[in-house]
Amino acid sequence: MVQSFDRSQGRVGVAAAAAPASEATFTGNRGLQIEEPLIFELGQSGRCGVDLPEPPKVKDRLNGLRRTGEIGLPGLSEPQVVQHYTRLSQKNYAIDMGVYSLGSCTMKHNPRLNEKVARLPGIGDLHPLQPVSTVQGALEVIDSLAHWLKTLTGMPAVAMSPAAGAHGEMCGMMAVAAALEAKGERGQRKVVLAPESAHGTNPATAAALGFTVKPIPANERGRVDLLALKAALGPANGSEVAAIMLTNPNTCGLFENDIIEIAQAVHAAGAYFYCDGANFNAIVGRVRPGDLGVDCMHINLHKTFSTPHGGGGPGAGPVVLSAALASHAPYPWIVRDGEGWRIAEEGREIAGTPIGRLKAFHGQMGMFTRALAYIMSHGADGLRQASADAVLSANYVMASLKDVMSPAFDGPCMHEALFDDSFLKDTGVSTLDFAKAMIDEGYHPMTMYFPLVVHGALLIEPTESQAKEDLDLFIAALRSLAERAKGGQSADAFKAAPRFAPRRRLDETLAARKPVLRWRPSNRPPEDDPLKQAAE
Amino acid sequence: MSTVKYSNEHEWIRVEGDIGTIGITQYAQEQLGDVVFVELPQAGRKVAKGEACAVVESVKAASDIYAPVSGEVTEANAALGDAPGDVNAEPTGRGWFFKLRLADKSELDGLMDEAAYAGFVKALA
Repeated sequence: MVQSFDRSQGRVGVAAAAAPASEATFTGNRGLQIEEPLIFELGQSGRCGVDLPEPPKVKDRLNGLRRTGEIGLPGLSEPQVVQHYTRLSQKNYAIDMGVYSLGSCTMKHNPRLNEKVARLPGIGDLHPLQPVSTVQGALEVIDSLAHWLKTLTGMPAVAMSPAAGAHGEMCGMMAVAAALEAKGERGQRKVVLAPESAHGTNPATAAALGFTVKPIPANERGRVDLLALKAALGPANGSEVAAIMLTNPNTCGLFENDIIEIAQAVHAAGAYFYCDGANFNAIVGRVRPGDLGVDCMHINLHKTFSTPHGGGGPGAGPVVLSAALASHAPYPWIVRDGEGWRIAEEGREIAGTPIGRLKAFHGQMGMFTRALAYIMSHGADGLRQASADAVLSANYVMASLKDVMSPAFDGPCMHEALFDDSFLKDTGVSTLDFAKAMIDEGYHPMTMYFPLVVHGALLIEPTESQAKEDLDLFIAALRSLAERAKGGQSADAFKAAPRFAPRRRLDETLAARKPVLRWRPSNRPPEDDPLKQAAE
Repeated sequence: MSTVKYSNEHEWIRVEGDIGTIGITQYAQEQLGDVVFVELPQAGRKVAKGEACAVVESVKAASDIYAPVSGEVTEANAALGDAPGDVNAEPTGRGWFFKLRLADKSELDGLMDEAAYAGFVKALA
């Protein structure tokens, strides 16, 4: 029997959390919405999914250090384990379930062809320490992807090894620092400029490398204020600025129209232009960042090139570099001489002043394969269409909602539609309430309260993956919510959302103030229980 | 006799003698929502006017707190470590952030008085 289950009362403390007492069920379940305890709360000691043979008799060399207490693993049968994890998986909202409009994240479809290719034995069963002669095809895959990334960005070099977007930022800014060092300007140029709407990782990267971050305000059109930028850059001689870190399209979903003038001003001041490639999905096949004057840019393969997000696999954040920074690229590189491929490593065949090695081995092979499969199955024309469709979808959402919600900026957007909370003014409903109500409608909420420059921001990025009829239903749901909020429906109904989720509104404040990071058995003394302490 | 002044970054400073106590305004705490963490400067740290010297983190966002005037930090409100909610409950009272010894009292002239700040906030709404 499950430990936390009491035959007379149902599952203790759970039913009340999910539903009003009058609607509580004996099990705490609601239809097929199954309550799921932690695996450590399931099972019994002594139970095991497999029969293990008696261990062989060996001479004990532990000298009294043999463990005598229990190790505390849950004891479950195989079907219990399968059912537990299957039920958990069904609690997840995923891109494979519906519209996932999380702005700035590019939650696009991950084609199944990618997965098929990544699982080919010649790819999936590789080991990075295999002799190079046995992995020639894999090296060609890396080099082919590198070629595509350089071609699509119009940049002469790419570092493939960074493990994710923020790691790529680190790589690019380390290359900037190395270039300044080589020119003897590292001591003079200590400032990195970042727009107020920047991703938080940009200032974090700069600060981690010892730069001082200076924010650049946005103008009333949501773009970088060019005059403020030029003032911050200072004179060409004696400028303290090392680089600008800029996202284009920016986090307001807008193309930085002055981008070329920005790049020219940055270069005229002797600084470098780091472009955050998080929003590259909006311009692939249409704009080459190299043509805009970008010196380095990371590419989130999990956004633009459809490799899995988060738990679906490791990240990959290749960084393209301009001629000015290429000689500082980290090793290793893939090189071809004669008929074969080689891995250029530290200590040999390295020209320039590389920043070193950022990661064990050569990068995320599984992600490279998926990204290359995506690129080659789309082709250049398909990539152009994908970015156009992503922008069209976002503009369709914006145009369909602009009479009931409030776009933060006038005019067409790029890949994401940004709204502020002025349409909720005087309704008593906040952006957070609105987002929670979307859960009841069966949608993962959009990104909210980001970018910070827009009050109560709601940032919707539909991506190119959704069919028009699915977008129409999503839009209709949002229209209905907006009309209910403005039409005098009691704000309490919004404050009570989500009503149909497994859990109601969670106490995010308590969770942030007193995070409970480790589960402990429920039979421990209450004075030792962080959950109980946190509740006090 | 104390004077209270306000910065356009929504910090207040209450000056008594050459010591200024600094916190964030009622408007700022409303905009931030529930404060969950505050990072404060160490006593003895010298800060320049406009320098980011503390961080306030809420359920919505993390924001820098800028020194409204230059000086040397004399004390930080250690109680906020266990009770960040004080910033919401009493932003101008128990929720103060840190105190500093003013380097140049004339810098106060560049800040807003209560009426000017009220007008500044009204214009933002």
